[in-house]
Order: sequence, then structure tokens, then C-alpha cells
Amino acid sequence: MVVKVSSEDVWQMLSEVKDPEIPLVTITGMGIVRDVLVTDHHVEVVITPTYSGCPAMKEINDSISQKLRENNIEDFTIKSVLSPPWTSDWITEEAREKLKESGIAPPHKVPMNELLTLLRDERVVSCPYCNSEDTKKTSEFGSTLCKSLHFCNGCQQPFEYFKCI
Amino acid sequence: MKLEELNDSTRAALFEYLLFLGDNNLVLGHRLSEWCGHGPMLEEDIALANLALDCVGQSANFLKLAGDVEGKNRSEDDLAYLRDTIDFRNATIMELPRGDFGYTIMRQFLVSTYLYIVFKDLRESSFDDLKSIAQKSIKEIKYHVRHSSEWVLRLGDGTPESHERIQKSLNELWRYTDELFTHSATDHSLIEQNIITDIGKKKSEWLEIVTQVIKEATLTIPEEKTYLYHNGREGKHTEYLGHMLAEMQILPRSHPGASW
Repeated sequence: MVVKVSSEDVWQMLSEVKDPEIPLVTITGMGIVRDVLVTDHHVEVVITPTYSGCPAMKEINDSISQKLRENNIEDFTIKSVLSPPWTSDWITEEAREKLKESGIAPPHKVPMNELLTLLRDERVVSCPYCNSEDTKKTSEFGSTLCKSLHFCNGCQQPFEYFKCI
Repeated sequence: MKLEELNDSTRAALFEYLLFLGDNNLVLGHRLSEWCGHGPMLEEDIALANLALDCVGQSANFLKLAGDVEGKNRSEDDLAYLRDTIDFRNATIMELPRGDFGYTIMRQFLVSTYLYIVFKDLRESSFDDLKSIAQKSIKEIKYHVRHSSEWVLRLGDGTPESHERIQKSLNELWRYTDELFTHSATDHSLIEQNIITDIGKKKSEWLEIVTQVIKEATLTIPEEKTYLYHNGREGKHTEYLGHMLAEMQILPRSHPGASW
């Protein structure tokens, strides 16, 4: 069965696909989906990995395939591209709110001059629970590649920060 | 420049250089992964495994491109798992055994700072596919530099024992750093075509960042200017690499084509 779909329809379907590592946000909210190309018989979804070694890419591929098939789209390809490189600036406002709700401080905006943060990043990370700015970093790497570990002196709770890249 | 626009001799030279980039990260990533389950504390156990993941991910990108450039249908997995020691092009410093935590951290700091400088230039490469990988990798490497430099400070300016041990690591590793700034004969055509830049000219930039951190950590850069070369670019390696590859490659070599 050939179903006529528009790229808007496909974007809508993809906006229901959850990020496998942070299920509260979706792959479109994270900026992982870069493009959707629809021709008469074919759908192409273009995605990009957040990190070179992101172990969730296969899972994301499988989830996209499943979602498209559920919507009777059989003739599709998923293409992964590296350029332009993913940046945390692509995370939507809505997804940033969701991250915060799940106890993950959303990323700062990427600074214009990268050398400023090469040896240390002194920007304050606010606690996602109590908004206190009295926090400290406990480790540059958290439970996944994309997060670091912090501790809030205000509410005495550990939390994660979604790294700015 | 696109892949189709490269002539045969450029392809051959670029293949070699991409192996150098891919093998550096693959070998270093494997050494880091050896810490999984052995880190001095939970956070660092996780951090080192995450660093390893970045390195292996970047390596896969470089080796995949190497396979495309070579044009003999070899995948990144073929290149990683089915080549012997003599075919590896990584610099010696990457393959040295992981040592203690301070040794691993010091190597990571010296090498990540180097890779940061390399990728910074490759972001402007005239070869599009290499430029893309460099633009992505540099974002990750920045975190490696920051993570390791903070630990160099903490260990160097820490207890007398941590100071002594990380200074010893620096003394041992320093002699392997000059090899990082050398080129093989085939690189020169790539430099002329602006595919890569002359890394020999960038040593001062590397030294500036390294010196800043080393000094702040109350450590001293060894004065002795004797450098050791095994010349990984020519496939000359220490015995350590052979042992490492034996462990890394045994599964795909014993069960060709295995998947799950």
C-alpha cells in the first residue's frame, strides 16, 4: 500500500519518537533530525549523532523505522550525516524545559570563542530542582557522554548538566 | 574538495594519514577502556569509559573515511580488527600500557591537547569529509582537555605522593611527545593541497597550553631533550601494541563476520 504523506506528516511522526537515553525528550526536540525529504514513493530521514561515539544511534534508527512502519511507510531510508556537527544549541526550548523537569540542567549557549572554555568553564550551572546558583561540578562525565555531574549546595542534591557542545 | 576529485597519489597519501588519525584514537580509546571497572572512584571509572567511547567513535569515522578513500571495500571494522601491528600507523605514546591513574591522566592531557590542535586545523581542510569529522571531534576533545587538565592540577598540586607520581609520569611520557609533531614523506603533498597542515609548525602552540597547566600544577617539564621514536607512521611499534591488538581483535578474527 502506498500512502501519500507530506514532509510535515513525517516530522509530526518523528516528533513522537523518544530519545532512548532521556525518554522525556524526543529526537526532534534534541535536534537530532536534520531533514525529511519526501518524493512520490520515498521518504528519506536525515539524522546526525550528538556525539561521535553516541551508543544510542542504532536504537534511534530502529525507533524511527518502527514509527514509520506503524504509519504504513515502508519505502524509506535513514541517512546519518556528520556535517554540520550537532550542537546543543539545537535543543528546542520545550526540550530544555523537559530536561530541567527530569533533573537535568539544560545546556548553556555555545560561546563564540571556544578557547575561553578550553581549560575551564566557569559559567554557573543552576540547580534544576531549586534554581540555586550555589552548585559545584563533581565530574566532567556523568551517566552518559552528553552529561556532567554536579552537586547543589542549596538543596544538597546531586544533579546532571547537559553539556554544551 | 570531494572524494571523486582526488587523484590516485593523493588518495594513497590520504589513506595513510587517515589511518594515523583513526589508529591514534582507536589505540588510545582501547587503553582508556581498560579502566572500565578499575577506576579509582566511580565517577572516574565512568569518565574514562566515556572518554574511550568518544575516541572509538571518532576513530570509526576516520577509519570509515579511510576505507572510502582507499576504495577497496574495507569497512571501519575491517580496518580496526583485521590489520596487524605493522599496518597500524598510530604514534607510540598512544599504545603505551595504561600505568597508574596519574599516568593515564598525564598521557590524556598531553595527547588531547595535541589532538585539539590537530583538529582545530583540520576544520579548515580543503577535503570536505575530513573537515566534517574534525568539526565534530573538536567539540568532544575540548572536554577531554578540560577533564584531564583539571586532574593534572589536582594531582600535581595535591599530596606529596600524587605530586611525585604524576611528575614521574610526565618525565616518562615527555620523550614520546616529539614524534607527534613529525610527518611522513607522503604527507607533504597533502600539506601542499591544504588537506592537512604542517603540524611541525604547531608545536609551540601545543607547548604553550601544556606549559601553562604544568606550571600551575607545580610540576616541571623535563629538561632532557632526548626523544624516543619508534615511528608508528612506518608501522614500527613497541611490543605493547601487539599484545593489545591480540586482545582487541581476537573475537572478530576467531569468528569472522560475527554479529549480534
